[in-house]
Amino acid sequence: MALASPPIAVADLRRLLERMESHGPAEAGVLPFGISEVDGHLPENGLQRGHLHEVVEGGPASSYAALASLFTAGILARLPGPVLWCLRGRDLFAPALARTGLHPDRVIYCETWKDRDVLPAMEEGLRCKGLAGVVGEVTKLSLTASRRLQLCAAETGVTALLIRRWRSLNEKPLTEEPSAAATRWCISPHPSPDAGFDGLQRQHWKVDLLRARGGEPRSWIVEACDATGHLALPAEVALGQDTADFARRAAVG
Amino acid sequence: MLGQRRVIASIDNAAACLGISGGMTVTHAQSLVPDLSVLNATPEEDEAALIRLAVWCVKYSPLVTPDPPDGIFIDVAGSAHLFQGEAALIKDLCQRLETQGITAKAALADTPGCAWAMARYSDASIVSPSRCAEAIASLPVASLRLHPTIVSSLHDVGIERVAHIASKPRAGLKLRFGSEVLLRLDQALGSAQEALTSLVPPEVPRAELRFAEPVGDPEDLKRIIEKLADMLCRDLEKRGVGARRLDLVFVRVDNIAQAARIGLSRPYREPKHLSKLLLERLVVIDPGFGIESAALTASWVEAVTERQTVGRHLNNDGSDVDVSQLVDTLGVRLGQNKIFRLAPVESALPERAVKRVSALHPGKGAAWPTNLPRPARLFEYPEKVDAVAELPDHPPRLFIWRNVRHRIAKADGPERIHGEWWVSEKEAQLVRDYYRVETADGSRFWLFRDAPAEQGGTWWLHGVGEA
Repeated sequence: MALASPPIAVADLRRLLERMESHGPAEAGVLPFGISEVDGHLPENGLQRGHLHEVVEGGPASSYAALASLFTAGILARLPGPVLWCLRGRDLFAPALARTGLHPDRVIYCETWKDRDVLPAMEEGLRCKGLAGVVGEVTKLSLTASRRLQLCAAETGVTALLIRRWRSLNEKPLTEEPSAAATRWCISPHPSPDAGFDGLQRQHWKVDLLRARGGEPRSWIVEACDATGHLALPAEVALGQDTADFARRAAVG
Repeated sequence: MLGQRRVIASIDNAAACLGISGGMTVTHAQSLVPDLSVLNATPEEDEAALIRLAVWCVKYSPLVTPDPPDGIFIDVAGSAHLFQGEAALIKDLCQRLETQGITAKAALADTPGCAWAMARYSDASIVSPSRCAEAIASLPVASLRLHPTIVSSLHDVGIERVAHIASKPRAGLKLRFGSEVLLRLDQALGSAQEALTSLVPPEVPRAELRFAEPVGDPEDLKRIIEKLADMLCRDLEKRGVGARRLDLVFVRVDNIAQAARIGLSRPYREPKHLSKLLLERLVVIDPGFGIESAALTASWVEAVTERQTVGRHLNNDGSDVDVSQLVDTLGVRLGQNKIFRLAPVESALPERAVKRVSALHPGKGAAWPTNLPRPARLFEYPEKVDAVAELPDHPPRLFIWRNVRHRIAKADGPERIHGEWWVSEKEAQLVRDYYRVETADGSRFWLFRDAPAEQGGTWWLHGVGEA
């Protein structure tokens, strides 16, 4: 009997089909930053896709959340698929996002003026399978709302990124309230090394992991996103001061 | 023909300039203008043309009623949002009619009666909500759609304006002139409802439900919408088309029609998606004492090409993700102009480098030049800062922004940007020197001086953060 026992390939295919048809949470995977110090510290060795992540900004112009937007854009630039960006205001400048590798053709903007409109729009985006991520600029976020976004994100595997920005000083404490986000980051400016006469080097950021589920807070000094959305450790930190000096001398000479 | 006389039924603008008016006999008119060209009136053909025009007006709203001999009522209550508001809708309508050589006057008001009066007897085109009484008070009584004999008998007793009628006791008016006067006045003011029988455009996919008992519960309305969407989609599937625009019309027990309209970014025939979008617009429907019948019409259809669905495990590169449902849902909820993509414009001025395009606009792959660093947040209006520079052409050493002093550690620039001389005379003079600066704590700002240093320009902050 040729059909008595199906060949192993068929059994494998059946298992594959079973896995594909299962309606459980999508296996979203992890997006590594590509820096061993950062990835090694994070619980899943990278940023978990299909989760909610929060980004705030420190520094003198923190109410504009410019660095937080760039950090977010750098993450999305490394994920495949379209992006829904829920704006709250009109000050985002798309050419800067394009320089982190997030091509303008990939981003759909949704303009709202209130937190009340941002969150439902984000939820709608999170229910759309295949998006790389959904970004929302919000001030106030209740614990329930953040859980809801987290559940939507887990179901479809779309990464949710919240930029917590504030408009006036009395709104600032609202951005520090707890939420159900998997990680919370704070991006602050950090002086970049002297470039001599050739203008400015890549900007340096102080990236603080303020909270991570199943992990410890920590800080790093990194170089800002490059044209492909990757952060990098500055030469001095990676190699130590002497080797960095040596590297620079070697580059000059 | 009026008895044995030939009477002028209607005239054009040129004839009006020569002093000819409707109702004049042709012999009288010909004595005024010997070479007058007279055409026989054809009321049937006029009416047929009016209905054709009304069918075209379905573009603006599902509820269109031809009003012979020379009017069309369009109920835009549920669809003005698709044309960026009422004023824009009226402008668009008049412009389109004008390019077709049709002289038209449009007015928009709470009630059909008031709009009728405003379109014929007033220059204003939009009456703000609940201002009907003020708007028509000073118009002549003929503006109430009264029979000419009633108008002349009102004139006989010295009633010339609508306000005069409103000030008279109702009982006396009814006794003397009949109930029509009061009915028309009430209809114009909105205290009596006026039911208009709207035109059903022929040959469009349409699903209709009638109920034995009036329906008013939101849950029931939801089920009705789902059922209608299901029926309509089956019809669309048979025809091999998808809907680009849907009109939902509820007729209430008092014969008033309530309409909602949605636009779609691409042709659709998925009942689930369509009913979801229609439910978003359910807020504009007032069921009143109950709804008697419901109809869903696809007033704009386009051919649909079937596509093979791809499993999500294979769908890895993300290039063929269909976002049109998401775009539609957000567009219906927030407004079509609130969801967009940003595309590059080749312009030297940073504030003009970005333009909004439709969210489903096929991307051309174009992006901004990658060698020019730009701030992540650009201020809509640059903010003036006090800056101190050591040498005229050098970047500043420090600047004061919002009462905070920022000491500059490093800087790069200038990047000189010239105005676009072809835009305006003033722009030809425009010169900006942009500097990227980094303060002592590492923050980056984008400053510019609005004139070369030797001409003593002032400093402005245009953006923060940098990529």
